[in-house]
Amino acid sequence: MCLAVPAKIIKIKGELAEVDVGGIKKEISIALVKDVKEGDYVLVHTGYAIAKINEEEAKELIELWQMISF
Amino acid sequence: MANDKLLIQFRNKEIIEKVVRKIKEESKDLGKIKIMHVCGTHEWTITHFGIRSLLPENIEVIAGPGCPVCVTPASEIDALAELSLKEDVIITTFGDIFRVPGVKTSLMEAKSMGGDIRIVYSILESIKIAKKENKKVIHFSIGFETTAPTTAIEILKGPPKNFSVFVTHKLIPPAMEFLLKTGHKIDGFICPGHVSTIIGVRPYRRIAEKYKKPMCIAGFEPLDVIIGILNIIEQIKKGTYYVHNEYNRAVKEEGNVIALNIISKVFEVKDSWWRGIGLIENSGLKLKNEYEEYDAIKIFDMNIEPVDYMPNGCRCGDVLKGIITPYDCPLFGKICNPNHPIGPCMVSFEGSCSIAYKYGRRII
Ligand code: SF4
Repeated sequence: MCLAVPAKIIKIKGELAEVDVGGIKKEISIALVKDVKEGDYVLVHTGYAIAKINEEEAKELIELWQMISF
Repeated sequence: MANDKLLIQFRNKEIIEKVVRKIKEESKDLGKIKIMHVCGTHEWTITHFGIRSLLPENIEVIAGPGCPVCVTPASEIDALAELSLKEDVIITTFGDIFRVPGVKTSLMEAKSMGGDIRIVYSILESIKIAKKENKKVIHFSIGFETTAPTTAIEILKGPPKNFSVFVTHKLIPPAMEFLLKTGHKIDGFICPGHVSTIIGVRPYRRIAEKYKKPMCIAGFEPLDVIIGILNIIEQIKKGTYYVHNEYNRAVKEEGNVIALNIISKVFEVKDSWWRGIGLIENSGLKLKNEYEEYDAIKIFDMNIEPVDYMPNGCRCGDVLKGIITPYDCPLFGKICNPNHPIGPCMVSFEGSCSIAYKYGRRII
């Protein structure tokens, strides 16, 4: 129920967007997120994008842990 | 994250082993530590990837009330099942709740008796049905803060006149506080990533400070969860209790402001009944009076008395409070399994019992 899946925005049509979820195309609402553009990744929950995914933050986390030696 | 190269890194064995080594080092003199998470998807990650088996003996990670389907009162299921048989209506519901037993019946049984009950993936589908059909359509709006804005936005848009919602949305932070207030031994919380994309970091902060409990908002890859566990252990060792946001690639400090504004426009907070747990103050949402034309509870004059009902012998209540694990329930894997579920925690895909049965290592 609280499940959300990452999806890539392919095409924006007003409040709706066509997204790619692991190779499957779906139409979702982007009414709950702002500043999203084609090519962005979003989290999709019950047909709505609920958050934009910031890849830079993800890369930084990985780089940090690659550097740390333990 | 969908970028495959990055995703692989979040499952990278070497990096995960590094974090595990650090967890072992940091926790060696800490005694028994119990960390609770409150999200079915976290339980899936933890069980599916065998994260518990990587942790030292003194670190226990337990699931709390993170499954909205499991905590939806049996009396609400009964009320909708009954309505579907009494009135000429269509009930739309998310698939997970369809098979959950009420006291008298499940929605699935009501359908087999002639009730027009349809499974939808999104409230958008439900509105499409209302536009096509003449019958009254009632959407069973369950879910935590993640789902509430999707209901709210459609109500604000003004759906068709034959459309209404049965709102039973619940809020996670009050449930976390309830468990702490009622004396459950929990040393720290992994906060739910998806709920947090909506509510942000702040709502947890007050609870972390009041009860002096470290918290970490974590994402859903194995590395996210294991870093979350490490953060809580480090905080316990240092004696700090702040909210760390490990999932900052999706969760902002202020949350999703659009969604929060819409929620507060459409809903007001109320005390809410959690199945297996009881009444929790300020833990639910109801439609404001100005939207009563879409409120199924008012339209159909539904009077729902909460009952504390679990099927005979089912210990879902204790599973949801993190008192026991599914394996401690005498029915687990014997007469209760996903093909023949006894309680809600075995029915829902996000229920701890179902996840333990399908992906757990200790299957009987
Ligand atoms: S195993 Fe079945 S009977 Fe036992 S607590 Fe879980 S759902 Fe209830």
